Amino acid sequence: MTEFHKTQRAMRTMRTTAMARGVIALLDIGTSKVSCLVLRFENPEAANDVVTPLFRQSAMRVIGAKTIASQGVRYGEIDAMADTERAIRTAVQAAQKMANTRVDHVIACFAGGEPRSYGLAGEVDVAGGHVDEQDVARVLAACDLPEIGYGREVLHAHPVNFALDHRSGLSDPRGHVGSKLATDMHMLTVDAASVQNIIHCIRRCDLELAGIASSAYVAGLSALVEDEQELGAACIDMGGGATGVSIFLKKHMIFADTVRMGGDTVTRDIAAGLQIGTQLAERIKTFHGGVHATGMDDREMIELSGDSGDWEKDRRQISRTELIGIMRPRVEEILEEVRASLDAAGFDHLPSQQIVLTGGASQIPGLDMLAAKILGQNVRLGRPMRVQGMPEAMRGPGFAAMVGLALFAAWPQDEWWDFEIPLDRMGGRSFKRAIRWFRDNW
Amino acid sequence: MRPLIAEPRYPQAPGAAPQKPAQALKPQKAPRRTVAPTRLAFRLERLWLTPVVRIITRVGVPVFCVTLGLGLWLGDGDRRADLIERYQDLRTQIENRPEFQLSALAIEGASPEVEAAVQALLPVHLPASRFALDLDGYRAAILRLDAVKTVALVVQPGGTLSVRVTEREPVILWRTALGLQMLDESGHRTASLKRRDARPDLPLIAGEGADKAVPEALAILAAAKPILPRARGLIRIGERRWDIILDNDRRIMLPENDPVQAIDRALALNAAEDLLSRDFTRLDLRNATRPTIRLSVPALVAFQQAAAQTTAEASQ
Repeated sequence: MTEFHKTQRAMRTMRTTAMARGVIALLDIGTSKVSCLVLRFENPEAANDVVTPLFRQSAMRVIGAKTIASQGVRYGEIDAMADTERAIRTAVQAAQKMANTRVDHVIACFAGGEPRSYGLAGEVDVAGGHVDEQDVARVLAACDLPEIGYGREVLHAHPVNFALDHRSGLSDPRGHVGSKLATDMHMLTVDAASVQNIIHCIRRCDLELAGIASSAYVAGLSALVEDEQELGAACIDMGGGATGVSIFLKKHMIFADTVRMGGDTVTRDIAAGLQIGTQLAERIKTFHGGVHATGMDDREMIELSGDSGDWEKDRRQISRTELIGIMRPRVEEILEEVRASLDAAGFDHLPSQQIVLTGGASQIPGLDMLAAKILGQNVRLGRPMRVQGMPEAMRGPGFAAMVGLALFAAWPQDEWWDFEIPLDRMGGRSFKRAIRWFRDNW
Repeated sequence: MRPLIAEPRYPQAPGAAPQKPAQALKPQKAPRRTVAPTRLAFRLERLWLTPVVRIITRVGVPVFCVTLGLGLWLGDGDRRADLIERYQDLRTQIENRPEFQLSALAIEGASPEVEAAVQALLPVHLPASRFALDLDGYRAAILRLDAVKTVALVVQPGGTLSVRVTEREPVILWRTALGLQMLDESGHRTASLKRRDARPDLPLIAGEGADKAVPEALAILAAAKPILPRARGLIRIGERRWDIILDNDRRIMLPENDPVQAIDRALALNAAEDLLSRDFTRLDLRNATRPTIRLSVPALVAFQQAAAQTTAEASQ
């Protein structure tokens, strides 16, 4: 029950307010780009009847969108506050202008903060004959909080599974008859300072934060299809500064991690190796990059134009093989780090070994073949599903986190702070306690 | 790996074609920097996107300014009077333009008396402005003349007011206690007449309410054409039926319904038995099944004598 937990509850309330107003902004603060979407929810109430993934996407509509080059972000964390704030302001203003409406609430996602996963378990005796909301609240409170370390905060806490006596795998135990309720919870902690920086930046832009999510998690929400989420799959979100890893099982995230390397690391390698500017390196990477060299690539020459004034330096050429020779080791390193992370999470023991690559850096040609060698055979490239009104330029895999954030905004999974607070921890709210006592006993 | 050096500036073999790179990149443009809005600009933009602010700025403020300005300016009584005066001046100026002047009155289709009356009724002295003349009022005044049936007023180009009058045609004379009136076919008065001799061609009717039954009277007169030389006129009895007055104070009393048929019958009797040359005072056709005749006193005496003689001869 920390301060940030209360903040999470407040953000949930804010999200409800935003849904009632019908307009909300989504902000993806990445290392290479900052994107802002303005979503309009057309009829959030009517959507409650049938809940299918496609139906979820049909209830919302993108009315404003803007992507700009990020400034002041490193490894998915805010590095220079003023620059990031300016970038956020630019993106939000342009999206607002396109939407022609004012947006007050924003849901943000970021990749950094060194997320760490914890599995929690709690067990409690059911007070009455059947499980009610207070029992659920108590069993969530009964989970032992592991030593998460100083200066870290809980970003996500999903109750993944409920077990009642000998029955496990309940998604909603309320109303069931039983005596012993147990739960498994997945908790994701991040560096508190990085979250505080984001909150501060968004406050400085006169916006209210209505939610904050890890981009590894939201990328998995959009890039994995429903079967993969159910049967078990890993989503590798290869962003600019960080590569997010999230494992889903039974439609819940059970593990998340980041590798602090990504597309920008590859760009920096190219820039350093070829002694050219970052802009040119990025350009060469996107136009000519790859990870599998063939004989043809020896003959394909790439001109390294520059304006240093030194003719000898500005007129160099390299072959594509050389470029691949620079890129491939770094990409391999990233994938090996991912492999290590998956191994640590016990991904081998999952029933399904599906791996989905998404994110901007997953567009390197031949990456899926390389990933198949390192990560396992079931590798595919994932793209986010379509949201109505999304610009064509924002439909690539680089916007998987953005689309996932839209789903997260519209249909958030229940988290710890969505449940009731146990009575004995409610503190001074005596009036609420009195009401609860009346409701329970009459 | 090739060394990271450029190709030689001049190719060694002068004849050899210079080796071209497979793909030449376009000259690098300077990376476009997005200019971030200042905090003030950002806040103002958000304020501007707020619906209430937009409505107030776009509608409220202009309306307020205009209302306030007008109110302040018109608050002074002298200015208001001046404004009204200017308006009136302008109006008068426009009304008095030569394009709107009426200079002549042209009357068509009217007899001299009616023409004089129409001219006398014109409310303004010509030349006058088109706006000074109330055409509808003038038209109604002309229509109020008994002799006028319809009138059309047209302002013609050149400033002529053309009055086209259709007069009522008198078809019958009506003698009342006040004198002789000429009526048209609908029974409307057209003019008075001093003497019967002035219009000997028109038939005469009399009696109270006779003007309301002029069409019927005309039908009766048309049917009774063969006996008209002997007739003096028609008289309305009790505002419901007609009598034909013949010379020597003889009368044909017509029924209330179907008087024309009754006349036809009387004419048939006349043709067969020379009825009208008999000495009678009243021929009563009011009962269609039983026409009755009232003889004059000498005729009655003669009839009784003849009847007595016939009876005596028969008894012998």
